[in-house]
Amino acid sequence: MFNVVSAELRKLRRPTLFLGTMAAVVFFSGLFSALLFLLIDSPQGNSDRGQVVGREVLGLATGGVQGFSSTGGFLGVIALCVFAAQTAQEYTYGTLRNLLIRQPGRLRILIGKLIAMKIFAFVMIVVAAIIGIGTSVVLAPGANVNTDLWFTSDGIEAIFTSFVNVTISVVGFGIIGMVLGLLLRSPISAISFGVLWLLIIENLLIAVRGSLQNWLPGAQLNAIASGGTLDLAYKNALTVGGIYVGIGAIVAAILFVRRDVAN
Amino acid sequence: MTSTAISVRDLSKKYDNRLAVSHINFEVPLGTVCGFVGPNGSGKTTTMRMLLGLITPTTGEGHILGEPIEHPEKYLSRVGAMIEGPAFYPALSGHENLMVLAKLGGFPIERVQILLEKVGLGHRGKSKYKTYSLGMKQRLGIAAALLPEPKLLMLDEPTNGLDPEGIQEIRALLRDLANEGTTVFVSSHLLSELEIISDHIVMLRKGEVVFAGPIGDLMAKQQPTIIAKSLDHLDLKKIVEIAQASGHHAVIRNDSVHILAAMDWAPELNKAAFNAGITLAQLAPQLPNLEETFFEMTGDK
Repeated sequence: MFNVVSAELRKLRRPTLFLGTMAAVVFFSGLFSALLFLLIDSPQGNSDRGQVVGREVLGLATGGVQGFSSTGGFLGVIALCVFAAQTAQEYTYGTLRNLLIRQPGRLRILIGKLIAMKIFAFVMIVVAAIIGIGTSVVLAPGANVNTDLWFTSDGIEAIFTSFVNVTISVVGFGIIGMVLGLLLRSPISAISFGVLWLLIIENLLIAVRGSLQNWLPGAQLNAIASGGTLDLAYKNALTVGGIYVGIGAIVAAILFVRRDVAN
Repeated sequence: MTSTAISVRDLSKKYDNRLAVSHINFEVPLGTVCGFVGPNGSGKTTTMRMLLGLITPTTGEGHILGEPIEHPEKYLSRVGAMIEGPAFYPALSGHENLMVLAKLGGFPIERVQILLEKVGLGHRGKSKYKTYSLGMKQRLGIAAALLPEPKLLMLDEPTNGLDPEGIQEIRALLRDLANEGTTVFVSSHLLSELEIISDHIVMLRKGEVVFAGPIGDLMAKQQPTIIAKSLDHLDLKKIVEIAQASGHHAVIRNDSVHILAAMDWAPELNKAAFNAGITLAQLAPQLPNLEETFFEMTGDK
């Protein structure tokens, strides 16, 4: 298993992928956190979908991770794209046959790939957390936000909890990407379908019928990253999201193990 | 201890209603170079994929180095393979691509540079794979196949895209490997190459084995051919008629008549041609080569 993870990490650390992804993470996590403080008095809102997050909320122990938490969905989309591309490209490049000749344990390949991509996602989340919290610390005084509670024991706990929630959410998005990559066997199809579904179709469905929010996979994973929302309880999101990810992973694993590798 | 590197019995693969490989049987002895030939679509690559555990046979059984093909994990660490051309990550260098496979298989990473040198890519190892020519990609594919120091090497069209010098190098490499005890199972369209390096031949046609065994046995089964060429091109048809009148099969190919007959019939042909007013410019015996045998057995020409 270690060999598979090590081989996969070698692919993931190539500069164009690694540095490109990290640059996007740095930019957007910095931007999301910066907007919270720079637009704090804006009537159009300073957070996701025009929500207003005031000084009182940002001054709480959870205020320091507010920006980082709201980056969770975006990090999830990045993870979905990376996981989907890394999985599907083995089919389009024809490299899967090389992998299976060198490591015939198909489940081992799949789990090894997943672990390596989780490590990649973890690094991405750490970078996002450092940038998000760092940006908040730098910009809070200028926005007259009190940061006294941010690094108390409650604040540290909030950072830890938020980090865990974002990690669960991002890994969930990533596994969905991997499942799409295995099912569609084309990076473009897998990424297009995943992004289209999560960013457009789900939002349209929720706009038409709000109660669907309780059942759609992207909404669950976004809610997990935020530690639950007013409309979607954390436990509910964790259960429904877990079912989606679990079933998807099982179906993909069975297909991967049994399917002929004919390209 | 088994004496065969590859052994298959009643092996078939069916896709929907099409039998890609139909109940084939053959054996490849250890330490030999075995050519695997057949027209496009005859089932060579499908057979190789089944032997490597990439696709599941519909019927039959096979053994690689004494282990059943249902358990590729038992033998693949001793097998090197390049199937259906080289396939690597374009954004990684040749060196990095081999490192990925070396890590995956748990092979010593020192072998990567040694193999790059061996296939003539030592100076381009750090270049990205996407910048390689077709010949360089083939060489990298062969290097990847050699990573495990294989007991059995399975190569699908390894000389595709190589220049004559490269083909000669690969031929020498395969022969050296066989001399060191590696069994080489190689498919190629360059039948003249296979004829030079192979000890054994497995010939497929429409998913069925038409011959499997030592190449000498194959050639011995073939009738010798007399090549006759007339001074006047218009006389070729008359030569065919003379041969057919004597009960020999004859065809015009490349401005000469190919007659399936023993050489001791040549004087008779010469005499008959003279009597018919034909001046022969050439009358020579020719033992069939692998290419002609292939075309005859697979019915391609």
